[in-house]
Amino acid sequence: MLRRPFFWIIALVIVVFVTVPTIGNNVSLREGLALAAVYIVLASNLNLMLGYAGYVNFGSIVFFGLGGYICVWLVNSYSWPLGFSLLAAGVGVSGLALVFGFGILRLRGPFFALATIGVNEAVQAFVENFKPWGGSSGIYISPQVFQPLGGAGRALWVIYFLLVAAMGASLYLSYAIKTSKFGLGLLAIGQNEDAAAILGVPTPRYKALVYSASAFLPAITGGLYFFKSAFIQPSDAFDLSLSTEAIVICMLGGQGTVTGVALGAYLYEELRGYLLTSPLFSNFQLVIAGVLLLVIVLFFPSGLMGWVYSRFPGTQRVLE
Amino acid sequence: MPPVPAAASQPPTNMLGILASIIDGVLVGLVYGLAAMGLTLIWGVMDVINLTHGAMIVAGMFALYLLVSALGINPYVALPPVLIGGFFVGLALYWIAIHRMIGRPPLMSLLSTFAVNLVLIGIGTGIWGTALFNVAVSLPGVSFGRYTFPGAHILAAVLAAVIAAALYLFLQKTRIGKALRAVANNREAAELVGIPTTRLLAIAVGCGVALAGVSGVLIGTLFPFTVLSGDGYQLKGFIVTVLGGFGNPVGALLGGVALGLLEGIVTPFVPVSWTLVIEFVLFVLVLIAFPGGIFSTRRGAL
Amino acid sequence: MKRICLLAAAATLFAAPALAQDTITIGMTASQTGPLNVDSLGLQRGAEMWRDEVNAAGGIKAGGKSYQVKFVVYDDQSVGGRVQQLYTRLINEDGAQFLFSPYSSGLTAAAAVISEQYGKIMIDGGGAEAKPFELGNKYLFMVITQANYYLSGAVEALAQKAPHAKIAMIYSDDPFSKAVLAAAKDQAIKAGLEVVMDESYAPSTTDFGPIVNKVISSNADAVLGGGHYSDGATLARQMYDQKANMKWVSLLVAPADDKFADLGPAALGVTAPSQWETQVSYKPQFGPTAQQFIKAYQDKYNAKPDYHAAAGYSQGAILQHAIEQAGSVDLEQVTAALNAIDVTTFFGRVKFATDPGHHGLQDAHEMVLAQWQQMTDGKLGRQVVWPDAAKSADLIYPIPPATH
Repeated sequence: MLRRPFFWIIALVIVVFVTVPTIGNNVSLREGLALAAVYIVLASNLNLMLGYAGYVNFGSIVFFGLGGYICVWLVNSYSWPLGFSLLAAGVGVSGLALVFGFGILRLRGPFFALATIGVNEAVQAFVENFKPWGGSSGIYISPQVFQPLGGAGRALWVIYFLLVAAMGASLYLSYAIKTSKFGLGLLAIGQNEDAAAILGVPTPRYKALVYSASAFLPAITGGLYFFKSAFIQPSDAFDLSLSTEAIVICMLGGQGTVTGVALGAYLYEELRGYLLTSPLFSNFQLVIAGVLLLVIVLFFPSGLMGWVYSRFPGTQRVLE
Repeated sequence: MPPVPAAASQPPTNMLGILASIIDGVLVGLVYGLAAMGLTLIWGVMDVINLTHGAMIVAGMFALYLLVSALGINPYVALPPVLIGGFFVGLALYWIAIHRMIGRPPLMSLLSTFAVNLVLIGIGTGIWGTALFNVAVSLPGVSFGRYTFPGAHILAAVLAAVIAAALYLFLQKTRIGKALRAVANNREAAELVGIPTTRLLAIAVGCGVALAGVSGVLIGTLFPFTVLSGDGYQLKGFIVTVLGGFGNPVGALLGGVALGLLEGIVTPFVPVSWTLVIEFVLFVLVLIAFPGGIFSTRRGAL
Repeated sequence: MKRICLLAAAATLFAAPALAQDTITIGMTASQTGPLNVDSLGLQRGAEMWRDEVNAAGGIKAGGKSYQVKFVVYDDQSVGGRVQQLYTRLINEDGAQFLFSPYSSGLTAAAAVISEQYGKIMIDGGGAEAKPFELGNKYLFMVITQANYYLSGAVEALAQKAPHAKIAMIYSDDPFSKAVLAAAKDQAIKAGLEVVMDESYAPSTTDFGPIVNKVISSNADAVLGGGHYSDGATLARQMYDQKANMKWVSLLVAPADDKFADLGPAALGVTAPSQWETQVSYKPQFGPTAQQFIKAYQDKYNAKPDYHAAAGYSQGAILQHAIEQAGSVDLEQVTAALNAIDVTTFFGRVKFATDPGHHGLQDAHEMVLAQWQQMTDGKLGRQVVWPDAAKSADLIYPIPPATH
């Protein structure tokens, strides 16, 4: 894989993310890129289900939220170091996903999509009643917890670098899966699940595996995000609009491609950042997302990368 | 004096209270059933899950509010115009978002209706924000003992049942209704027999949206609403559809009653905040156990 | 000659900036959209009115300079994630030197994390929950009464009127309401009252029918609870529609808003804890009297101010006082001045706790209890009914039963 140019393109992106805000200590840029990294993680991992296997996970945010809760809870109540808490969050959530997955992955297409919404809502409603996790009030982390990392200022930088690492891992994971036999099986499932099964692809196992894999990095990212926010509550942790945006990003960039999703995430985050503070448009953020999605679904189902590939055929060999 | 221990949620010692909850649950459940019927109709006829359903319910609510506040009419008089208006909106929805998706993977129609939903809700919040709107309907209620059933609940339930019955007759007895059922059963065969399927698909969406709209009107007479209320009722609509069977309008009514019954039975015994957890867990479990819904008829048949 | 004139003209261009005024930038978010927008509006308007008055009077005067006040306000859409992004932006890009809180405890907790991470003073006029203040902060200051005391007056008054009352607590599942009712429960039990029901509902609940039936089944005489405007108003209306006939009803936030009058007969007798009412008569050591504040607000916005507006105004007034006392806008000096404050304005007395475990919690401000009654002009209005020292009318107990 080291010889393929795309590997080095991803590496370049990581280097850019790490160095640019660091030079000049540019905090606002760092914050913007941190958010872009979060979107890239969410969208890339969603892409594993959506773009490769063809299963729409409307409730993918549940991994993010649960990961956030596990990490924050371990750090706050048991004073675990951040690293272990993140790992526990990742392993815990993907383990749960594996178990859940066998159940709901029996469902096809739209039923699966509905079930994922149901799972997210059920988990949110449950957490709102779960006293050890603060119920609906959530968990507040004491600022003391930043001391082992060198105080709040330094901690924010450490968290940023970890986020970039998670982003890099997501991109490499997407790439590695796509170019592997596992990925081939997933794409076959996405094209025609029954045919794939007949041809010998072990569909239930593959689906459960990819569902579980797509949970690992979002869970860790959730842990980082909410640790940084020092505060987690159910309505933020399980906010369906984030999974919605991840879906829009995947479709915008080109589902099933690694570059497209990453590019789409970055562009979408920039657009969103602009809309956030524009007094005219901040209410219309959803409208714009919706129009974008509709146009793409109706006329450009292969997204941005689909258009790029058709105009510049050479790129398809280089950019996954 | 020793402190009196505070009672957590104690089971009500009177059967009357439980009965009142159950009856109220069934009343509201009939309205939930109506809210789900449009969803299940569209699904049954063309295999499309209409994710704008929630927005259409909200549109019905706001139509009620605007008609009542602008023209000062009786809220229930808003039903016919919303029914007709909703039908035409449904036709438009079909041509904009669904027509090109027929025959494509279900993912696509899911996303296209989802996109339209985002746009509609976004415009709605842009215009009305998320302020709460209320259409005060006060009708004399029926009391027994200390419990009262508000008149509006009773009337809404009756109207829901009437509309459901009308839909059933439409599907069974009229030519268009029978044609719809034919298309739902087997679209290719229907085309071969000369049924203009595209037109019928559009009509089906028209009816589905009209139903969503009138259920919005009825819900608007019972509870306050915001532009964002649609999502909650759409989710309830999914739960009802799963319970009652995809594609089965009578099943939707039964499913609605079942959901209302569940809420009515659960509430007296369990802290109110657990109701949602139970509903959603049930939803997922039923989906997994009965992928087509509990009362599902042959897939695609009405 | 011409060249000299040109040079002179150019010189004045360079001289002009030296005469320009200094500015203090205050950053905040408001829930302009989202479920909290009705409540957030008053807070915002109060703060803006303070800003306009201060600027009209020449600005804040400290250390020999005059500072004009500039606000930078973003819409947080009542969403916590946005609050943190926006406050980070306010600090890093918009150059906010001081911050005001958003509206509601949940959003304030989120914002407080950012203000402490970057070390900026935040004046809290919108979030009453104590938890964010108990984590160890240096620059947070709450000008309103904290959540734990919201219902203490109601409990005291109820215990006086009905020493054996049975209370049903039914409240929104959000941090603020939960904190208020948990404290109220302790206070009620200590006062010898019986709590027969203690449940929370999802904040988005619109169908209170089953809950009201449960309240009726519990044989309660009094209801304490609610949350914010929407659910409180709906709960009150549905209790009336279903003839729950409670003898005492105290709800949070909703009845303290003038819009509550829209409920008509369902509003009669309902009490609300309030940070401030137009009838209270504290003697201010500086700033406007209650009358002046009410009149100015009425002239500017064509509406009566509620306690959110009074709190919003006070955020600014207290900050201004501290800056003037400190004689500078330096962070540590203003913090020291805030820590030392013990003043009375039209809003009431303000003094902050300074021990590290509770830094910034409001120590001195008191709540009043307001009740909806039939006024002399036949319309419904709020009267202050507790404490005795501040009341404008007698408490009505029990609430007359529904007559529809």
